[in-house]
Amino acid sequence: MSSLATGAGTAVLQNVRRKRYMDRKSLVPLLLFLPPALIMFTLFVVLPMVDATTFSFFQWTGYGPITNFVGLENYQDVLAHRNFGTAVRNSLLVVATSLLIQLPLAMWAALALSERKVSVAVFRTIFFLPFMLAEVAAGLIWKFVYDGNYGLLPIVGDALHTKMPFVLADKFWVIPAVMLVVTWKYFGFHMMIFIAGLQSIPSEVIEAARLDGVKKWQIVRHIKLPMIRSAIVISVFFAITGALQLFDIIIPLTNGGPSHSSHTIVTFLYQFGILRMKLGFGGAVSVILFVACVVVALVYRRVLFRVEQN
Amino acid sequence: MASKSRRRQPAISLFQWFTLLLIAAFVIVPFYTTALGGFKEIGELRVNPFGLPSSWDATRFNEILFGPTFFPRLGNSLLISISTVVLSILVASMTGFAFAHIRFFGSKFVMGYLMLGLLFPSATGILPLFIKMRDLGMLDSHWGIVIVQVAFSLSFSILLFYNFFKELPKELVDAARMDNCGYIRIYWYVTLPLCLPIIATVGVFNFVSSWNSFLLPLIVLNTDANYTWPLGIMQFQGQYGSDWPRILAYLTLSIIPAIIFFLAAQRYIVSGLTGGAVKG
Repeated sequence: MSSLATGAGTAVLQNVRRKRYMDRKSLVPLLLFLPPALIMFTLFVVLPMVDATTFSFFQWTGYGPITNFVGLENYQDVLAHRNFGTAVRNSLLVVATSLLIQLPLAMWAALALSERKVSVAVFRTIFFLPFMLAEVAAGLIWKFVYDGNYGLLPIVGDALHTKMPFVLADKFWVIPAVMLVVTWKYFGFHMMIFIAGLQSIPSEVIEAARLDGVKKWQIVRHIKLPMIRSAIVISVFFAITGALQLFDIIIPLTNGGPSHSSHTIVTFLYQFGILRMKLGFGGAVSVILFVACVVVALVYRRVLFRVEQN
Repeated sequence: MASKSRRRQPAISLFQWFTLLLIAAFVIVPFYTTALGGFKEIGELRVNPFGLPSSWDATRFNEILFGPTFFPRLGNSLLISISTVVLSILVASMTGFAFAHIRFFGSKFVMGYLMLGLLFPSATGILPLFIKMRDLGMLDSHWGIVIVQVAFSLSFSILLFYNFFKELPKELVDAARMDNCGYIRIYWYVTLPLCLPIIATVGVFNFVSSWNSFLLPLIVLNTDANYTWPLGIMQFQGQYGSDWPRILAYLTLSIIPAIIFFLAAQRYIVSGLTGGAVKG
């Protein structure tokens, strides 16, 4: 998405090159059009991040003046917290699953379903359905699926003549279980992005390659994938930032348990910063997450530009 | 893959059909068992989760539908979502218009500033946001949620509008300006009527994310009467523990509106992904 911002930037530049007719008439509309967005954005998006940074250097319970400066102590507390490492590891595991399992699956489905046909449209709709579902509802549905007494998993276990573990109560199995739900929920979204990209490839290109006897997978490898690069780029970015802010699914599914083993960074922030009103601690977690997101975005943009230049 | 290059290869091979069906089953089965689960007794659910229920007993559904909380919560969510959509479309389209059609000093910088929101998710700032809303007296109010949701949707919405406005023929705006028409009237009478498709896309996107949102209402709302449906469903689940038939009935009823809406609005969601985000 960050790349889009620069794309917009260059377009603005082109605008500047157009003949100048800046006049006083544009002042009033500007004063009407810009402030609502600027005020709301500054007040509720930008300033909170500034506040979080401030909080993170103080010991504060949320009431009265902020005076008790503690330096980097909150950051040390966060890093030394025994569940923070788990939360970071889980978040990274979700990122990895998204990139290594979810996106390839989405791409495979997109390649199979990119033709505009009715029979195929049904699959598309079905695969996209979980994305529209509220995360909370998805979490609860899967909590039922995984339920060791009344869910679907023990039935599957019976059919296979094995005893299935209570996955959501098992420190090891809970993470793969969460990953499966994440894949179920979001692969259709990425598939749709890929399909959109694939459908924008002129059919003559594919047809010409086909007539030249190029094999199907070679068409995919050398024509289709390179031509939908921008769709892939966006998909990867959504997958990473989405995985980093995973919260809504975890709360109904596991609530961070068993014994805090399935926290993500955001559920960790909620559990230990917000619920306990430890603003300094929570602020430090916020800043760490913020820096991680911005670094991902910026590094990603750099890598992207390098690819684009080649 | 399997087929030799005949005159025309089949679009989907047999192997692909099989795998697609398998994935479709994986996606559908949780929905299907949820929908049927509400009709079953807990014992029946244990032994026969996949089959049809022995009796189509709708008692649980009726209890929920005619209970005191179900519709008020859907109503709260609807109010919040519609307000979010209307406000975000208005604000984002004005801003997008200004960037696309009005030339002014620093427009690139201001646009870049507003695009910062694309860099990090809203969850990052949720803690200080809570404090800010408390200080501004916005806690436990629907308007507080609406305004914050609009603020966080701005970056993406403005981008979609900007991309759309940019594609409109420049002559249109120029001609209107020749006729001595001010920017505000151009925006309202010329541009806005032309951008119904993008309004639909932005609207659907913001509606869905507002309808589904959980973290913000969870932190902001604390009166039962103000709860949105995701909070309601969590509360219901907490109340009934593992009385799964009842919870599944509640789930089914809660997601039906979303599924109907999705099937109706699917076109706009897909065009939002193609037109706004994937362009380039």
